[in-house]
Order: sequence, then C-alpha cells, then structure tokens
Amino acid sequence: MGAGEGRKVGRSERAPSNIPTVQPSLRVVGKAHRKTDATAKVTGATRFADDLFLPRMLYAKLLRSPHPHARIVRIDPSRALALAGVKAVLTGKDLPIPFGILPVSQDEHALALDKTRFVGDPVAGVAAVSEEIATAALDLIAVEYEPLRPVRDALDAVAHPEPRIHAYGDGGNLHKLINLEFGDVEEAFTAADLVREDLLFFDGNTHLPMEQHAAAADWSADGKLTLWSSTQTPHYVHRALAQVLELAPARIRVIATPNGGAFGGKSDPFSHELVVAKLAMVTGRPVKITLTREEVFYCHRGRHPTLMWVKTGVKRDGSITGMHFKSLLDGGGYGSYGVASTYYTGALQTVTYPVPRYKFQGARAFTSKPPCGPKRGHGTPQPRFALEVHLDKIAEQLGIDPAELRLKHLVPPNSLTANWLRIGTMGLGACIEKVVTGSGWKEKFRKLPDGKGIGLACSSYITGAGLPIYWNPMPHSGVQLKCDRGGGVTVFCGSTEIGQGSDSILAVIVAEVLGLDPFDIAIVTGDTDLTPVDLGSYSSRVTLMTGHAAIQAAERARDVIARHAAQKLGIPPERAAFADARVFDVERPERGLTFGEAVQLAEAAEGTVGTVGSYTPPPSAGKYRGAGVGPSPAYSYSACVAEVDVDAATGIVRVPKIWIAHDVGRCINAATVMGQIEGSVYMGLGEALMEEMAYRGNRNVVHKIPSLLEYKSPTTLEMCDVVTYVVEDPDPNGPFGAKECGQGPLLPVPPAVANAVYDAVGVRIDEVPITPEKVFKALRRKAKGEEPRYGPDRFPDILWPEPIRVPPPWEGGDGRAVEQSDGRTVGPKALPVGARR
Amino acid sequence: MLRLPSFTYLQPRTLPEALAMKADAGPQGMYVAGGTDLYPNMKRRHQEPGVVISLMGIPELRRLEGWTVGTCITLTELSNLPTFQRSYSVVAHAADLVSTPLLRNMGTLGGNLCLDTRCNYYDQTYEWRKAIDFCMKKDGHICWVAPSSPRCWAVSSSDVAPVMVAIGAEYRLVGPSPAAERVVPAARFYHNDGINYLTKQPDEILAAVRLPPPDGWDAVYHKLRRRGSFDFPVLGVAAWVKWQRGSRNAERETVAEARIVLGGVASWPQEMPEAAAALAGTALEDAAIAAAAEAAYRPAKPLDNTDFDLSWRKQMTRVYVTRALEELRRRR
Amino acid sequence: MPDTKAKIALELNGEPVEVAFAPHKTLLEVLREDLGLTGTKHGCELGECGTCTVLVDGVPVLSCLVLGLACAGRRVKTVEGMAEGGKLHPLQHAFAELGAAQCGYCTPAFLLAAEALLAANPRPTRDDIKQALAGNLCRCTGYIKIYEAVELAAARLRGEVAEPSQESLYGRR
Repeated sequence: MGAGEGRKVGRSERAPSNIPTVQPSLRVVGKAHRKTDATAKVTGATRFADDLFLPRMLYAKLLRSPHPHARIVRIDPSRALALAGVKAVLTGKDLPIPFGILPVSQDEHALALDKTRFVGDPVAGVAAVSEEIATAALDLIAVEYEPLRPVRDALDAVAHPEPRIHAYGDGGNLHKLINLEFGDVEEAFTAADLVREDLLFFDGNTHLPMEQHAAAADWSADGKLTLWSSTQTPHYVHRALAQVLELAPARIRVIATPNGGAFGGKSDPFSHELVVAKLAMVTGRPVKITLTREEVFYCHRGRHPTLMWVKTGVKRDGSITGMHFKSLLDGGGYGSYGVASTYYTGALQTVTYPVPRYKFQGARAFTSKPPCGPKRGHGTPQPRFALEVHLDKIAEQLGIDPAELRLKHLVPPNSLTANWLRIGTMGLGACIEKVVTGSGWKEKFRKLPDGKGIGLACSSYITGAGLPIYWNPMPHSGVQLKCDRGGGVTVFCGSTEIGQGSDSILAVIVAEVLGLDPFDIAIVTGDTDLTPVDLGSYSSRVTLMTGHAAIQAAERARDVIARHAAQKLGIPPERAAFADARVFDVERPERGLTFGEAVQLAEAAEGTVGTVGSYTPPPSAGKYRGAGVGPSPAYSYSACVAEVDVDAATGIVRVPKIWIAHDVGRCINAATVMGQIEGSVYMGLGEALMEEMAYRGNRNVVHKIPSLLEYKSPTTLEMCDVVTYVVEDPDPNGPFGAKECGQGPLLPVPPAVANAVYDAVGVRIDEVPITPEKVFKALRRKAKGEEPRYGPDRFPDILWPEPIRVPPPWEGGDGRAVEQSDGRTVGPKALPVGARR
Repeated sequence: MLRLPSFTYLQPRTLPEALAMKADAGPQGMYVAGGTDLYPNMKRRHQEPGVVISLMGIPELRRLEGWTVGTCITLTELSNLPTFQRSYSVVAHAADLVSTPLLRNMGTLGGNLCLDTRCNYYDQTYEWRKAIDFCMKKDGHICWVAPSSPRCWAVSSSDVAPVMVAIGAEYRLVGPSPAAERVVPAARFYHNDGINYLTKQPDEILAAVRLPPPDGWDAVYHKLRRRGSFDFPVLGVAAWVKWQRGSRNAERETVAEARIVLGGVASWPQEMPEAAAALAGTALEDAAIAAAAEAAYRPAKPLDNTDFDLSWRKQMTRVYVTRALEELRRRR
Repeated sequence: MPDTKAKIALELNGEPVEVAFAPHKTLLEVLREDLGLTGTKHGCELGECGTCTVLVDGVPVLSCLVLGLACAGRRVKTVEGMAEGGKLHPLQHAFAELGAAQCGYCTPAFLLAAEALLAANPRPTRDDIKQALAGNLCRCTGYIKIYEAVELAAARLRGEVAEPSQESLYGRR
C-alpha cells in the first residue's frame, strides 16, 4: 500500500547502497574540489560558441517579425540576395517541417511559414561574408504582413478565443487545460477548522545568461553536418536537426559548447540552430550566428507569468485537510516546455507538508509574446511562492509561529503523496531548525522595529524528471569509460557543462570508485559523435543520473581490474582495494600495484578495458494522465529566512541577509554545492525584487526593456549576505546519496522576502517582483484603513475539462484514475479524510 | 553582436584642429569624448554621424586650472581629485554616482553634461524602433510617450548637470571662428526639449567648466535609481544653499539663497524656483523643508519613459527633496 | 565594398604588436577577431554588463566601447596576459580554488577588474570589493565566491599565508 511501499531501483539495477564496502569512508566524494575546467575558465581558454572561427566562415543574421500577431502575405528576398557579400537567404518554405521540444507541441518552424506570433519571431535568415553585410541585408528583405489581433496576456487570451494564435490546443487561445483531483477536497474543507483562499501573481522573468546564444555549423562536401551550439540539450537538438533538415541522425554531429550560463534558456532547439545548419548546407561554407542581447530576450523560454488561486483547509493545529490550487500561465507564442510547466505549477505542492486531499486546475494560454519555458525551478517557484505566503497568512490566523507550523507538519520520509509522488529522504526539518537558530528567528519574528522584518519560507525540488521529454524505454544517461594502460581514465558522457560543475561530478565519482585523483581523469562531454546520450542539463538531473551511470561504469571497470590484480597478488578479488592510484590488498596494504599496472594486467587478459554504465529512473507510482510531471528519484529540500529593511516612505525593500539551509543528500563536490546554493539565492533575490519581462500592451506588445541595462538584475551592491547551511541526509536513490542543489535553493527566497516585508511594515505584496511601487501603494492603502495588500483581484472563469480523479494512496488508490460513467465514481470507495486502509 | 556602422574617426591634437574638422564634416560630424554615450547610440543607430571627432587627444581639454576644469577629464579622475572632494564634494559625489566604475574610467565630465536625453522608446535598437514605427527624436514624427504632444519628451538623465545648474557653474564654449568663445551659466546651457536639449550649437565644443568659489555655500545631490550602479537617475535632486549669519552672533544661520534642481523629470535639469523660495530666510526647519518639497512635487510631471512607475516617481519627488534638504541641514 | 583596413601598433599583454582591422571596430572586436584572443567576452556590446572588461594603461575599461583606433600606442592587458611563465596569477588561482568561476563567461572581466583594484588598494574591505566590481554582472555565482577569491588573492599578494575558510567551501554543517 501507498505509504509503506518500498523504493524501486532504476532499471540499470544497481544496489542502492553505493558506498564501497571495502572502504567505508569517502576519500574524494564530499570534499571541495577544483572543477576540471577551472584553469581553462580562469585563463580565458574555454571555447564558447562565439569563440569558434572556421575557415571561410560566413555570418548569419535573422530577420524578425515586427508584429505581435500577423499573417505573412509575401516575402521577397531578391534585393537582399543581390547585395554584394550575401551568399544565401532562407525563408520559411526552405524549412517547412515543424519542430518543438515536446512531442505534443511541435508548433514551431525555424522560420515562420504562414504566421508570426510575437515581435521577434524569426522570419528569414541571411548568410554573408561579414556580420555587417548580413545585418544590412535584413533591411532589404521585403515582407508583407497582414496584422491580426494580438493577445496581450493570459486574461486577454481567456477573454478572446479568436483570432487563434495556434490552430491546436484545448480551445480558443488556451493551449492546455488540466483538471486533476486526488480525493474530495470539498469534503476536506468541511472537516477543517479554518478555510482560507488567496490570490497571488508571479510575473515573468528570464534567464539572462551572460553569454548570448551562439551556434556554428559546418557541412562537409560528403554530406555530414556538424553543429556547435551553446545548448544544454545537445541530444534534443540532434533530434530536431534530423527531423527538420531530413538528415539521418548518424550524419549529424552536435557539440554542446560550454554554456556561458543557461538556467533553462538554452534547452529548446532554436531557430538560429536550424537556420545556421541549413545555411551551411546551402552555401557549402561554415556559418556562425551570435544573437544580440535583444534577440536573447526574444528566444526567452523563461518563467511563465502565473496567476494563482489557492484554497486550503486546516485544523486548528495547522495540519492541512485539503488544498485546491488553480494556476493560469501566460505561455507566449509557442508551446516550448509549456505543457510540462503547467503540470509543474500543480505538482510539488504536496511534497513538503502533508496534503491528504488535493485538487489542481491549471491552464496555459497562448499570447503574442516570446514563448515561456523552463527557467530554474521550472514552474515550481510560482506555486511555491503562493503556498509559502498563503501558509504565512494561515499561521497568523491560527496564532502559530510559521516555523513551528511547518516543523509540526512535515511530509514523512519514504512516503507517497496524494498525487503519487515518492518521497525519499526528507531533511526539511533539519533545514528549518538550522535557519531558525542561525537567524535568531524566535527573538526577531514580529519583534523587530518598524521597517525591519524577518520572513521564512521552505521549498522542495526534483532531482531529475522521472520521465524523458519524448517517451522511450531507454536510459536517461549513459557513460563510457576508457582505462588507459598508462593509468589515466577517460569518461565520456553526453552531459553538458553549463557552469554547474557537471564535468567535475564525473571526475569525482569515477575517482572515488577507482581510487584515483580527479585531476588524472579526462572528461569528454556533450558531443553526439563521441558521447553516449544524456538527456541534457535540465530538471537538476545531471548529478544524479550521470552520477549513477558513472558509478556503474566505474564499478564494472573496477571489477575487471580487480579480478586480474587480485590474481596477481594472490588474494580473493573482494580484498582488492583501490586508493591513491594503487590497487592493493586491503589486509596488507603494502602489497599492491599501481593502477596503471593493474590496467595493463586486465588489458593483457581481456583486451581493451572499456566499460559502460547507464541510468534510468525508477518508474513512477502515478499512472494517470499527467503523472509524468513531478516524479523524481529524489527531492531536495530548502529552508530560507530573509531579513529585510523596508523604507516606508518610498517602499524600497533592501535585503541585507539571507540564511539558507539546503538538504542536498550528499555533496559530491562541496565547492560546487556552495556555488549552486549561493547562485540560486542570488537568482531568487533578483526575481523577488526586480526581474521582470515587461511588455507594452498598447504598443504592439513590444518588449519594453530588452537590454541588460533596463532588465534589472542584481549587482554586487544589491546582493545580500548569505549564511549557508548544508544538510546531508543521503538518499538511497542518489549516487552516494546525492540530491540536487542547483534549483531548489532559489524557490524559498521570493516568499521569504514577501513574508519579511509583511513582518517589517504590515503589508502583503502578493506579487513578484516585490517592487517599491507596489509596497508604496499597499502602505498607502494601509494608511487609509483599506486592505493592506497589493495583488491580483480575480481569477478568471475558465471552462475546465472533466476532472481526472485519482484516489490518493490512503483512499484505496493504485495510482490510476478511476473510470467515470454518468459522473459516478467507480472503483475503490473513497474513505473519510484521515482514514488509513 | 551589435556593431558600429562605418564611419571616419579623427583624432585632432588641438582645439582649432577639432573645430576645423567639424566645419569640414558639416552636419555629418559629431564630437566624442569617452564614447560611452555616443557609441551605444551608434550601435543602435539612433545617432549616425559619418565623421566622429575625438576630443580626448587635446591636452587643453584635460587641464585643471584653479576652479576651472577641462571637460575631457574622466568621471573617475574628477571624483578622485582631492581638491574636489574637499571643496566641491557635491560634484565629486555626483560624478561618482554615474553608472559603473568601468564606465566612469572612460566617460567624461563634458560627456555627462551633454548627455543625450533618454527615453524607453528611443534608446532601443533600430529593429525595435522600426517595429513600433520611429519616434520624432529619430526618423519619425510622433512622441510615443505623449502621442498628442508636438514636442519630444526624452528625459535629461545626467547626474552632474543638475548639480552644475544648482551651484551656479559656468560653461566655457569654444566655437569655429576665432572670437567665438563664450561663457554660459549652466542653467542657460540646457533647453526643455527632448531633441534640442542643449543651447550649444553643434559645432561648438564645451571646453571647460568654471566652478564658483567654494566658500559660503553648500550643496548635496541625491539620486534615485533601481540599483546601486549602472542605472540612470529616475530622479536626481541637487540642492544648493547659501547661508547667511544671523544679525546677532548667537542666532543660527539662515538661508540667504537656495536652488533646487531636479534631474530625470524633464528634458532639462529642472529648476524649482518655488521650492527654493520656500527656503529663503529659514533655517531649514521641518516646516520649511516640507513646504519646499511640496512646491517641488506639484509641478513635477514624469512620463512613462523611464524605469519605475511614473506616479511613484512623482511621489518620490517629495521624499527625495526632503531628504536632500535634511542632509543640508545636518551639514550646516 | 569593405573599408580599407587601419593599422596600429600597441603593447598587448606585455609585448609590442601590430594589427590591421576595419577602422570602425571596437577593441573588443579587434582582440577577438583580428588578434585571435577570444578570452575577452561580450554580453551586450553596449556597456551595460562589464563582461568585456580589459585593462588599458592599467585602467579597467569596457572594450566594447573603446575604438581599436584609440588604442594606438597604448598598453592593453587581457585575461590571456595574466598568467606568467605558465603560472596562474594569484587571482586566477583563487578563483579556481574557490569555484568563483562557474560558467566562466564573466570571469575574465572580474579577474581584470579585481587586478586593477588590488593594484590600487592591496587591502580592500569587502565593501571596497563590492564597489570596485559593481560594474560587472554575474548570473551564476551571486558574487560571494568572487569576493572571497579576491580577498584570498589579496592576502597572498600581501605575502600572507592564506587558505580558503572551511565555511566558504563547505558551508555551515
């Protein structure tokens, strides 16, 4: 039955405990290591995509639509083609096959075919001998548009189903509608002592990597394509290239260049990648494109602006009886990861505090703006903001300290949630205790002088999505290992280094298993010709999934080498220990060989020493439609306390200090864990205070501020001090127990800041970003005796589809939806709230 | 990458040489100092000179003589001058608040004083401006922030200019003909129009700034912007007072004369004479400050063409004028 | 037709160099495209991020807004010139040790801006460091490891024996 169900192991069938029995303490894992690419990065030697210069290379530029919604009547590139130095011009008809990251929303064309859907939508591509000439050529491409009514935002989309931005979706300009029920929440509300409703809004923001997107393509005369691109997902780009260019995948090589920051903004296949490849094919010369900063805003794929309504029933002691959550996402002009994003806005509400009954309704709207997609946290920061502020208000109503409220009601480890997510280790309690103690919470909460405030929030995040983007039964990550007779080891893996330190993880893990120094391990990643498939650097999957694959490959290599080394030493193989680049008798350590000598023995006996490892996540417990989003091999947890200063005369909020505690399971590389936690807090702070994708609704829905000056991100002068607590509660599903740390610590920051602002000046800003104008307005309302709040007023009426009813584990469910006939529930009988079967 | 268009770059060594080059180039020619304003504008194609004449190689323009400063001194150099930190701390402070340390290492005093006016509809790339149709400041006929207005409402975004106007600095201009050198009070150097925001002729060079003798007055500058660096002022308050002794030794000083000049609220540094008048004869008591702040608030009319909501920016006028005056009071 | 190229002589990373380039190019473009030094990066080309920082006559400036032509006879230093004789500069070493370079894209700019800071102020406070680096944006680190690396390098440059703190690398446990 649900809660007691055992953890299932990944299909690669490794025993969950991966601490080597011969060496109980870890030598490499858990220490702070220099990253393998550190020297290259500090000397400027790392080759990012725009650093590539190929012989006779051409430069490409994209012509982009100036209309938010328009039909293309006619394109005439003839004047551009006539410009000296222009070698090719492409339009939509040259790349007519659609693509899109999700199989259910293949709604993009590399160059708009019949319609453009936002200002910035690519319409034509030019290759010329210089970037200046390519730019001049854009102005010579004549395009005739028939403007159509644009959709400004999600509310506008709900109100105006016509004209449709896309001909597909769940009706009008609604891309996706979700209606999931896990138990009868209305009955749960009647059993509650207090029922509270709140409405909150989280505005859109973007990744803003310092490196603009860039890609270079080369087409050999014998018909092979190579694409270098700043991408987090070379495998998905590989598939898109094959599909759109109609080339055999075996003849396409995608090399993910090191990303100068990505954060989810480089995980779609993009127009510029497809266009630059096609231009290379058409001209027979290498072609490179580097987007301007403004164009990066048009690529976007960032955080969906999300309107949220939440209603929760609680008992007097703060335990939740049921929760109903609705979200409305502003998706922009295309699908991107949006369907997954929409599910994510409803998936993780249940993994921190027990929610016995849960109802989620989510809608994604198409609008005439750059498409939204996955940004760090992918659809979960918004609902987490809503939930943590909502709980803060509930705590106040109940007269319970917000930290106490959470500590008393934590999801138990090794349990199932109402929506059938399997929780493993759960270190949130320890995290809360650390930040409460460290910040002096009890002495400060509701006790600081006017204008100073303290706020708390918690969160959780997945360690890798349990399902791949396109359905397939294959592993999510693969590693090949080569052991050289000189003692060196090379690790090949399709993972992508985006700054998080994924290359180093491989080195540290293989070094641990084989007893080597990580510095002596060569890492080859992100090359579809050289490396086995890894799905990409998204959903915080890389450490866990490539880590497991690396462990498997390394253990297999260790077994082969141990066998022959042991034979040479005259000991049983179990006594062969690997440490300090030696293989020795664990009982008599002075008797041994160098690692290189041991490899030579194995190579002589069995041939070239090479192994593989792979990893597939355990199957999810949920079996209903939509259950694919949310499951993960493990969940990380974070707790955050923010201290703020609010200048009541202006509404300006400053955040001098944040305490963050993160349950990472186990650090693989302690230094990169710290970097990810601090970087996540920084990004959460930027979103909380100032980051905003703003559009001029009444001026062609243009992006108001597509520049690094006007899109505000924190400088050294805005970044707070951070006290970081690292909590290690190893999860059996993680490699050496490791869970994620690259996204989770971002989530609690915006709600902690909002809760702190309330503590400081008594106003609720139920919106992100928490800007001075909003605080100022709320303070004026408070002064006038009105509701001291700034936030949304209404959630629009949406015609939801029939709900998919999935009984929770404790109501006789089996993870499946129940069939309905004539509206009656058939299947296991729903039990009263609180009952356990 | 965004790149500069083609242009001719000239590097004169003397003022007459520079003036002659500009005369040769005609309307196609523009002077440049640090380039931190002109080059981004050229990359976005909202300024497109065919000939760019650098003033940075002219030693005379980097000279400091008494209280006269050559305009090609960088903002970093200016804010670090010990004499300025002592005697003109308000100027050093305002210069130090401009943008970032890197930009201040390149940008000049003259560049900041002549800074192109700014607007969210104008400071955009060529493609962006084309998408909504060009505005009257560049290639178009309409003001997007005030569509029924016949004039351009781009905003004066200099930090140092309001200070110079407030303290009564004078600007020395050099023109093409030998006798064409003139001195203009800072206040008369600016014009309240987003396009024609300087009274200087295009062929004149702002060569030096003559500061008033440092004694007998005090001034402060407060800047409102979203972040602590990079950002232009959405409101700048330069407040200047001349103190006078009381008639008896025991009496405290009172304000003989005052000037309050706001940046970021109009197309020029906006003097607020009523606000200043409310301070005359007072000792900057709370009531006087409040009256001045109210008088500054009433005529302030920010438009929706900078960062921050315009009604909030208007509200902040009161707060920032108050705080600037309170600082002056503390420093007395 | 392309412009006739301009040619200048300058001192680049300690050595005399001559380079020809299209006259409208910025120093950023000349370094990357005509001198083959791609260590200097670009984030916006408008002076709004600091990513293109190089030293000209020892002063940190935005190479995207400096004309190549304006560098004749000047002394230019890029990240490629920081390590000497195969040894990393103490700042580079500290950045590597502390993980202050995550994606590494903003790193050359921070290194050079920090080098200029330490040349002028060998004993900077945390606040001095924040002020000096206020013109450089980073999206990965949240700046904290960068400050710690600058402080570590500063201490070592002053001849002190200094190691990263445990809390810096491991957090509080």
